[in-house]
Amino acid sequence: MAGPAQSRFFSQLKRYYSLYTGGFIGFVVMLSILEQMGVPNKMLGYIFLGATVLLYAGIGILSRTSDVSEYYVAGRRVPALFNGMATGADWMSAASFIGLAGTLYLSGYDGLAFVMGWTGGYCLVALLLAPYLRKFGQFTIPDFLGARYGGNIPRSIGVFAAILCSFTYVIAQIYGLGLIVSRFTGLDFGVGVFVGLGSILVCSFLGGMRAVTWTQVAQYVILIVAYMIPVIWLSVKHTGNPVPQIAYGYVLEQVTAREKVLNDPLTPEGAREAEVRAIFKQKQEEAEAKLKALKTGGDAYLAEEKSKLVKAATDLKAIRNTDPKAIEAADKAAADFPADVVTAHSAWRMAVESDRVKAGPITAHAEPFAGKDDATRDKKRKNFLALVLCLMVGTAALPHILMRFYTTPSVKEARLSVFWSLIFISLLYITAPALAVLAKYDVYTLLVGSSFSELPSWVSAWASVDKTLMSVTDINKDGIVQLAEITIGGDLIVLAMPEIAGLPYVVTALVAAGGLAAALSTADGLMLTIANALSHDVYYKMIDPHAPTTRRLAISKGLLVVVAVFAAYVTSLKPGDILFLVGAAFSLAASAFFPALALGVFWKRANKFGAILGMSGGLGICMYYMYMTFPFFGVNAPLWWDINPISGGIFGMSVGFAGVIIGSLLTAAPEKAVQELVDHVRYPNLEGDIKTEAA
Amino acid sequence: MHFLTGENMRLTEKHKQYWQKNLRLTGVLLVIWFFATFVTGWFARDLQSLTILGFPFSFYMGAQGALLIYLFLVGYYTYRMDKLDREYGVQEGDQ
Repeated sequence: MAGPAQSRFFSQLKRYYSLYTGGFIGFVVMLSILEQMGVPNKMLGYIFLGATVLLYAGIGILSRTSDVSEYYVAGRRVPALFNGMATGADWMSAASFIGLAGTLYLSGYDGLAFVMGWTGGYCLVALLLAPYLRKFGQFTIPDFLGARYGGNIPRSIGVFAAILCSFTYVIAQIYGLGLIVSRFTGLDFGVGVFVGLGSILVCSFLGGMRAVTWTQVAQYVILIVAYMIPVIWLSVKHTGNPVPQIAYGYVLEQVTAREKVLNDPLTPEGAREAEVRAIFKQKQEEAEAKLKALKTGGDAYLAEEKSKLVKAATDLKAIRNTDPKAIEAADKAAADFPADVVTAHSAWRMAVESDRVKAGPITAHAEPFAGKDDATRDKKRKNFLALVLCLMVGTAALPHILMRFYTTPSVKEARLSVFWSLIFISLLYITAPALAVLAKYDVYTLLVGSSFSELPSWVSAWASVDKTLMSVTDINKDGIVQLAEITIGGDLIVLAMPEIAGLPYVVTALVAAGGLAAALSTADGLMLTIANALSHDVYYKMIDPHAPTTRRLAISKGLLVVVAVFAAYVTSLKPGDILFLVGAAFSLAASAFFPALALGVFWKRANKFGAILGMSGGLGICMYYMYMTFPFFGVNAPLWWDINPISGGIFGMSVGFAGVIIGSLLTAAPEKAVQELVDHVRYPNLEGDIKTEAA
Repeated sequence: MHFLTGENMRLTEKHKQYWQKNLRLTGVLLVIWFFATFVTGWFARDLQSLTILGFPFSFYMGAQGALLIYLFLVGYYTYRMDKLDREYGVQEGDQ
């Protein structure tokens, strides 16, 4: 495209999206007026989610296309700034938007692994991959592997890995989607999944990458506005400073001071905390004793305990005028008693763990790798750094992100767009730790010490919705809330933030729309990656290279629907822990792609055999380690060097690099054409250059 | 190879210099990246008593400092490579 046309396109885009942002803010203002006029909350939630989903579908319809280059790479004319926003939305998933601040709230410094890992990876993208992939300029990441290493095997391994990690990741997104839709509209989880999925499909089905790109820009605007408004408000409330990222240093100091008071049994508040902790300590010991008895007694012990409970309930009923509530409780205790040894074991094990946490002192928010002895601290440090590395390298290896850098008009713009991406992403990641600290301050100073008869309204509201997100129980029966009596689920921090800050319901609906935008935009990018790997790499490049354009696109679109329905089906089975799924995707991508991609650019000697060995070996080791150690699979083999399964990529990457290097050195150097290809991608522009860009 | 072959594609001394300079720049920036992330991370417990802008140093680095360094690294690389492209005549035309 000619320069003037591109700059006209750029200024047009700026105008459209400025108007759009203004329109969106107007929409929020209008809804808050409706709220003042007494429109019920549920209605506002419906209007908000409905309007945004319709908006995305609208952009999808406007961007429909039947041109191959438009469908796969948005016509390669996305300006750096907008590619940055689209990458930001593509990048920030439901886990970042909803989960991150909660993780930081619960684990303090140690949660910062996600903040550093999910931003620092862009250094690797910028320095090692983006400009070179853009110069290569085809459609998918397996395209690069296929061209650089030759033959269908490297490409096929690439396709397999791309599908594996994108699919793992997309499950986590759809799960988040179902959760948000069902929580804010009252629809069933399964229905929520399909409603969300429908809007993803409308968007990517008609316009592929082109539609996904322009929707993602729109989604970025919504998600960042939704994240910022409540945090800024909370910051003004607690510090008087509207820039939370600067102001929270002072709040962190206050939180640290509170931690010291609550941990010190000599202060009146600390004494009450100690009292509650002693009760938990006792509970923990009781549960441990039961576990021990279960080990020796087995089924007989279980039956005996159960009959005791049943008898207690019958005895209670025999006495006249007992409180019916007490009878109900006794019946419930008997009915809920674990039926067999395995369930009893796992239930009591969990009780021991949660009581142990509650019985211990508060860990300081800002303290790195807190632990009772040096061995625990060292283990935490090792896992922290391993996780950071896996997340960073995984960032520079996830196909749905790397693919975005094919869409800029030039190498120069590709470099610049990594910079914009990192700015847009950092905006949220720098804010999340501030939000965690502000929320903690609120809980430690306003909630702790308040009376059970006058709990803040957001506490009772959320406690009635979901006990795992928020519950307070008066353990020591003194009528006053102690910190150890509060149980908070991580997701609560972002979801309840508007209410904690005392904002109207419209802001809560805005946050829900932001979470929806985050989940949808990431799911869009991922599903497109999977469908493209199948239609472009498998069908067009390996099965039928002479397929006409219309058939290629038809197959791509058909596959998109199949993948979407399959992903929704798997999600409806509710497999495991979201954060683990996300982390697993990063480790898998890091092991499979990064060594072959980076060495492919920086080491001419790397050849086909090395790539095959490195990719399959790296991916294989990583999968094997996760299977052996992650509790979900039930093998529970001992850990290697205490590394948690989520960071299995550490082993995968090492094997990957070793495989590429050793495999390449054992076999002949690649042919001259391949070496020329490497030179080609290294220079933005060469005289007499070969051409690899697919139109 | 199904690409158009580059019969006339020759790398001059100047081109090789360009690549060497790129490698050096990439290497230096990666060393800073490594230091900001892993070295400060490794010594996080030893550095936590220092204070910066009202934050404990280690916490600040993880929550903000490292991110600002990453931004600087990517921004500087973009700026520097642009200049290098033009200096060595490998910049892209107005296409």
